[in-house]
Amino acid sequence: MKQPSVELKLPIIPNMELIATQTAEVIARHMHLTEDQAGEISMALIEACINAFEHSKTDSNVFIHFLIEEDSLVVKVIDQGIGFDKTKVEIPKIENKIGKDERKRGWGLQLIQELMDSVEFESNGDGTTVTMKKNIKQ
Amino acid sequence: MSGFIKSTKEANQIVIIETDGYLNNEGGEAISAICYDKMKSGQNKFLINMAGTKVVNSIGVSILIEIIEKLQEVDGKIGYYNLAPIVSKTFNIMGLTKYSTVFATEEEAVSAL
Repeated sequence: MKQPSVELKLPIIPNMELIATQTAEVIARHMHLTEDQAGEISMALIEACINAFEHSKTDSNVFIHFLIEEDSLVVKVIDQGIGFDKTKVEIPKIENKIGKDERKRGWGLQLIQELMDSVEFESNGDGTTVTMKKNIKQ
Repeated sequence: MSGFIKSTKEANQIVIIETDGYLNNEGGEAISAICYDKMKSGQNKFLINMAGTKVVNSIGVSILIEIIEKLQEVDGKIGYYNLAPIVSKTFNIMGLTKYSTVFATEEEAVSAL
């Protein structure tokens, strides 16, 4: 049987990421995920949406696909922006930010990777897809 | 007072700010505006009651890092209490807990800060 999925199309408007988190919360309840797991998915989703909104440099929509699998939830955040090179993204450390001129922001990818069980990035000049997976722990 | 700032009060020379809603860039700026204004009059200890803030983003939390940095210049401190588990985890991942403190309750925070 085909696994169920949910798809959202978000315009790039401030705080639209909260629509994605509300959907994630409903799906998390459906899948009987723990409160901690649901919170981690929502937080990772917020960061992925913000990255898509801010860095895609495009006026088009951002697409969110939730794929409900037997033992995991897969969330894809898809933008049609200019893409990015993940190898050029520095791992942030607060020690390098406090008391220095370095910008305090730039935590999105780090948070996504810490909060989800696996994360894949596909990016080119036509857009970026972030695929995040949270395994169901029984 | 912005909608994000539910209340402010003082106890033991500590400014206590209660938030309500999403800690994004606007929420972070609302907190920093209060902190920087109070710092002008010499106050350097701040507590954030985040009972009403279940959702944050890294931009809002980054503004707390800016506040920590400014407080270091005046030997000040900031702490937080009533954090949702994911907010606490986010603060840990971003390293805020190396430079500021998460407390369980207001009583604990006021006596420790």
